[in-house]
Amino acid sequence: MSAIQVERVWKEYGDQIVIEDISFEIERRGFLMLVGPSGCGKTTFLRMLLGEEAPTRGTILIDGKPLAAEPDCDRGVVFQRYSVFPHLTALGNVMLGAELSQALLLGKLFGAKRRAVEEEARALLDQVGLAGAEAKYPAAMSGGMQQRLALAQALMRRPKILLLDEPFGALDPGIRADIQALMQRLWNETDLTVVMVTHDLSEAFRLGTRILAFERSRNRPEERERYGATIAKDIAIWPPRIAGGSKRFNRSGRDDPAKTGASSGRPEVQAS
Amino acid sequence: MRLLNVKPTRGQAVILAALPFALTCAAYLLFSHLRLAENPNDKLLPAVGGMVQMVTDLAFHPDPRTGDYTFWVDTAASLQRLFIALSISTIAALVIGIVMGLLPLAGALLNPYVAVISMAPPLALLPILFIVMGLGETSKITLIVIGTFPLLVRDLALRVSELPREQFLKAQTLGASTWQIALRVVLPQMLPRLVDALRLQLGPAWLFLIAAEAIASDSGLGYRIFLVRRYLAMDIILPYVAWITLLAFLADAALRWLQARAFPWFAVARAS
Ligand SMILES: Nc1ncnc2c1ncn2[C@@H]1O[C@H](COP(=O)(O)OP(=O)(O)OP(=O)(O)O)[C@@H](O)[C@H]1O
Ligand SMILES: [Mg+2]
Repeated sequence: MSAIQVERVWKEYGDQIVIEDISFEIERRGFLMLVGPSGCGKTTFLRMLLGEEAPTRGTILIDGKPLAAEPDCDRGVVFQRYSVFPHLTALGNVMLGAELSQALLLGKLFGAKRRAVEEEARALLDQVGLAGAEAKYPAAMSGGMQQRLALAQALMRRPKILLLDEPFGALDPGIRADIQALMQRLWNETDLTVVMVTHDLSEAFRLGTRILAFERSRNRPEERERYGATIAKDIAIWPPRIAGGSKRFNRSGRDDPAKTGASSGRPEVQAS
Repeated sequence: MRLLNVKPTRGQAVILAALPFALTCAAYLLFSHLRLAENPNDKLLPAVGGMVQMVTDLAFHPDPRTGDYTFWVDTAASLQRLFIALSISTIAALVIGIVMGLLPLAGALLNPYVAVISMAPPLALLPILFIVMGLGETSKITLIVIGTFPLLVRDLALRVSELPREQFLKAQTLGASTWQIALRVVLPQMLPRLVDALRLQLGPAWLFLIAAEAIASDSGLGYRIFLVRRYLAMDIILPYVAWITLLAFLADAALRWLQARAFPWFAVARAS
């Protein structure tokens, strides 16, 4: 079953049509890259997937069920900034998800339970290359460290879907390559469907299993408000990239919206 | 070099800071000397020696009639009123401000009300308080609460709504309930801001305290000043005013110290 199904979704703000009649499906463990010119509605679309905004028309299904009207722990998110909490240390930020799920009243764990969660959080920080920075507050970290921290924080809660809005846009090329490699590894190792907005085409090709390009069909100033973005291009990466590391040559190759839902010949890859 | 780029060295900064104080003292001594030379019975600018004598009497010799150490009884009475009143308005503002800022329903209910109520001049309400509550401690404490609470609560509600929206979304994707968000995300970030707001309200708090004490009281720093005013006892009034100023300054410094100690992340986050 596809992880995310988008059916004839429109989004309008007042008179302005931002997204116009978009339909597609993403398979489980897919890595979808959203690209498109500035202002074409990529963030808006991601916000709808997050449940922060509702589509004006159309439906979005997650695992076949209508999307919840508010964000929940099935969908993790990393924004371009403000993704981590300034009042918590790196360790505190990563532990937060587990603390919230295990301590409903106080949102804070003590004793043995806390130590168990702390251990897990330390391991995760280590994985994203932040070992040694556990006691640092976000404001004392670089942008790249903050984004890695945000990733670890989101992954702690084991979301099924990870939404990323230009998470690495503000980073310098060296750090960006590091984080991209990290992102790829995490995607391979966890049962995760990823939707990522980016302005960087090479990033899109390097990480994605599929690239969707949003674009307004008409963009003259007097028409801009009345025509929303549609899917201008839908590119499947070739050779197909499959979560779990194996790049077996086993798909039909094209990944057009009509076919992906039915069968792409891809084996079900189970998380370890 | 442009004037705005000229920065004082450490030593210069100390000298510059001391300069206005020194000038004020020198001016006082000069004019006091001149007036007393002309008329030894002049009451307006008493000699420093006389003031020291007066304060020593009030502070270290029990009043022959009541057996109290007047200076300390006054100080304790005033500080107690101030402390109780500010505790009440701070805690109330913290709870209600967070609720107003976090919950749109509560904001819609209370924002306009608080905006109107906070425009009522507290001193105009003082007679009503005296009529309703009598002349005891309750009406004085209530006046300070009424004078400081509305601004504290509005400030706090505003600060809550200024938190980046991303934080609330992020917390929800970590599975946080409304209660948990209030407790683990909003409250810890509001405490240092509350300290800031409280520091700004110290001035008004003293104003209302002294106003209430001046009108109806039998102890307190404000009461004493207005009592001895009848005898033009500048040698008591001036030291009392200096003492009040010092107390207010120390309270401010203590709050600043508390903020730096208890919320180490705040200074860094604010600077970045
Ligand atoms: N809350 C809102 N109210 C009104 N209009 C909005 C709102 N949010 C977005 N828009 C409009 O929707 C359009 C798409 O915005 P969006 O932020 O989704 O673009 P984007 O593709 O993410 O651009 P960028 O690449 O610059 O981040 C813009 O024209 C914007 O003005
Ligand atoms: Mg955007």
